[in-house]
Amino acid sequence: MEIPYTVREREDTGLYNAKLGIWLFLASEVMLFGALFSAYILLRVSSPPGFWPHHVLNVPIGTVNTIVLIVSSVTVVMGWASLKMNQFGKYRIFQAITILCALTFVCVKSYEYYDKFTHYAVMKKDGTVVDGHLVSKDKEKIVLHLNEHPETRVRFLTEGDTTPANEPGIAKGAGPITGGHSEPAPNAHKEAASGESHAGHHEPVTVPMSEVQRMEAYGPWHHTYLAIYFTLTGLHALHVIGGALVIAYIWGPGAKMWKTEPERYTNRVEVSGLFWHFVDLVWIFLFPVLYLL
Amino acid sequence: MQPSSTPTTHGAAHVHHDHEELGFWRKYIFSTDHKVIGIQYGLGGLFFLFFGFCLMMMMRWQLAYPGQPLPFGIGKVLERTMGQVANGGVVSSDLYNMFGAMHGTIMVFMGIVPLAFAAFGNYVVPLQIGAPDMAFPKVNMASFWAFFVGCVIMTVSFFIPGGPAQGGWTSYSPLATILAGQGQTWWIIGMVFLITSSLLGSVNFLATIIQLRAPGMTWMRLPFFVWAQFVTGFLLLLAFPPLEAAAIMQLMDKVAHTSFFIPTGLMISGKLADVSGGGSPLLWQHLFWFLAHPEVYVLILPGMGIVAEILCNNCRKPIWGYKSLVYSVFAIGFLSFIVWAHHMYLTGMGTAISTFFQTTTMIISIPSVIILTVFFITLWGSSIRFTTPMLFVLAFLPMFGIGGLTGLPLGFNFVDLMLHDTYYVIAHFHYVVAPGTIFALFGGIYYWYPKMTGRFMSEFWGKVHFWCSLLFMNLIFQPMFQQGMSGMLRRMSDGGANYSAANPANAGAIGTLSDSLMYSNKIISMAAWCLGLSQIPFIINFFVSIWKGKPITNDNPWDATTLEWQTPTPPPHGNFDKTPTVYRGPYEYSVPGAPRDFTPQTQADHTK
Repeated sequence: MEIPYTVREREDTGLYNAKLGIWLFLASEVMLFGALFSAYILLRVSSPPGFWPHHVLNVPIGTVNTIVLIVSSVTVVMGWASLKMNQFGKYRIFQAITILCALTFVCVKSYEYYDKFTHYAVMKKDGTVVDGHLVSKDKEKIVLHLNEHPETRVRFLTEGDTTPANEPGIAKGAGPITGGHSEPAPNAHKEAASGESHAGHHEPVTVPMSEVQRMEAYGPWHHTYLAIYFTLTGLHALHVIGGALVIAYIWGPGAKMWKTEPERYTNRVEVSGLFWHFVDLVWIFLFPVLYLL
Repeated sequence: MQPSSTPTTHGAAHVHHDHEELGFWRKYIFSTDHKVIGIQYGLGGLFFLFFGFCLMMMMRWQLAYPGQPLPFGIGKVLERTMGQVANGGVVSSDLYNMFGAMHGTIMVFMGIVPLAFAAFGNYVVPLQIGAPDMAFPKVNMASFWAFFVGCVIMTVSFFIPGGPAQGGWTSYSPLATILAGQGQTWWIIGMVFLITSSLLGSVNFLATIIQLRAPGMTWMRLPFFVWAQFVTGFLLLLAFPPLEAAAIMQLMDKVAHTSFFIPTGLMISGKLADVSGGGSPLLWQHLFWFLAHPEVYVLILPGMGIVAEILCNNCRKPIWGYKSLVYSVFAIGFLSFIVWAHHMYLTGMGTAISTFFQTTTMIISIPSVIILTVFFITLWGSSIRFTTPMLFVLAFLPMFGIGGLTGLPLGFNFVDLMLHDTYYVIAHFHYVVAPGTIFALFGGIYYWYPKMTGRFMSEFWGKVHFWCSLLFMNLIFQPMFQQGMSGMLRRMSDGGANYSAANPANAGAIGTLSDSLMYSNKIISMAAWCLGLSQIPFIINFFVSIWKGKPITNDNPWDATTLEWQTPTPPPHGNFDKTPTVYRGPYEYSVPGAPRDFTPQTQADHTK
């Protein structure tokens, strides 16, 4: 006995095996990302007022990546449809665009990661915070380009005491994000102050290590927002890479099957396409949740 | 079809025609045949059940004789392999914690699930639905090897510096995250492999059951075992990913120093933890129990499926209320997703949420009771064959009943406040899983063994195994109810000796343990070691019967109705000689007018 319905669909279910399999797998993927989104919600609602960062990420770049993925979603369908119409050449072109889109997405995402790993928050011993992109760092000092939009800063949970007993009303009175310590306090160092006042081109700020209380890049360790950002987008990027590898394999070395078993080959393209749509769909949720809200 | 003797050689000859002969490695090690994979899972699961039980036997020594080195040279071996934590051959508190955490992990994820779901499911489900194999044989093989890698990682973690995970099988953060050593990291990575294995397996099972049913095998003609596996597959498919997400986050906490589960201002050894803070320990518990409560049903549902098969076969009558069973198992499957927080009453979730989960918990007991009632009523008026598998099944019913009923008080949050984390909880869930599920699994092994090997296991030694196991299981877990209700906490590594000694003036009051309760620690431990000895007849029987067991005289030695008995023995690659057609329900025993007391599903006319 051979395994039935590997290529043709079963009449009462209307599915061939692999198509059902991928749908079931996607159901589990929904639960995987669903759990992480739930974690995002829980961490966000339990964050102390004013400490959940907003607009940390670059929205134009994110929009570009969103468009890239949506385009790839269209081409992956067009590729499959071309195969259905027996136009292998067109399929090759469409699917090549899909793979290029995936590469573009990963490159852009890497740039965004790089941007975060070179973005430093330095808390000084006097309690003020210097925040900006790294110019250089050694044992004696750290040099930063000041962040021109202090309201997008990801704050240390230890800065700006939320407990009223310590410094009454500090974060509350001045609004959620921009208030409190994002503006240097009166006793702050003057380079920080000058950096804030001259928007645009400004000199890098140097902080001697002897004054540093705590120094962190915008990595996942800096804040739970960044932690969930890196976890969600990292897991998503792994899915993008995995999906692209499968699509590329089918597109390249796996394409021999088109000559011998065209129907089965078309099914493979369909199944990998279903996965690809799911990956895109996750991004459609990730983009507003992480970039816009 | 007549239960005629189809010679084994006939099946083998058939293989030669259809498939090229595979080498040893492809046939027995990297096999894509569901039956070989099932047996691989089965041997792995049995091994780890015994391994996990050995950990417990060593822990029971420490509970009965705190601070004394393990006897018979075991202590020396332990000291040599585990080092500092087993100094002088004594199970230290740290080692006790490691063994406790690994006992739970191994028993659940590497013992019962592989055996109940993967082994029996793999071997029996395709046969019972008349399929040639699983829908995705290569995925099936990948699933087993992911399991294998996960098991290797878990096992190796015993021998890394600092030892294995010691934060409990629940791995509550922040405790699990801040413990020294890399044991927890290994645990998480091992879990990711085990979870992946379960996911691949469950996708495969569901696709197989939906797609590969033989002609005429409609949904309501499925044997109940297949239904149980179907619902179990959905539970694994949908409940495991949240744990995988949680494992990823805990891994991030360990490796990338994030604070998903680490609250602001956490003090470790009097110093402020060097983390960003802002995390939520409760988040871990929610995600963990979102898996782990459905997991409880993953552990029990395949057992119930096995029970239904063996019960009908040995009662020689149809199951009473087949549809009730099917609907109940679906109700359980759905409800099991909305009861998880009854494990968390003590976290202070708030009374409204506690009340919600208390209500759903009470509701889920209804379908469980329906299933058990159906089994009991099936017994009514039947002429029971007391074979070894049937004995295990008959014991399953009251044992699972005790386990289930003692769970009701734990479902009420006001009672749970008192009983939480005591030995009562241990006794409750072990009654469900040990004399419950494991008895069903033993029954299943004795029942399907002739199909796998062509020989019976010894009935006599099977009965010795059964009666000893039944006696000692109860001697172990029954006293724990009393200990727990008297307030003995489950995580004290000395069995409560220091705890009792600290409060001699308050003897009798809550918080102090009487001498008789302390003495019952010794009785329980003795019973546990005797239970270990009782498994020796089984182990010998299991292996010796492969060669020496009584040979079967036909392909259907139990006079059963379901499809797996209509194949050659053992079933060849591809299972059936030709695609079977199904004409009737799964349990048509003693049909009036039929010449024999069983009518196989493949038989078109029952009067022949």
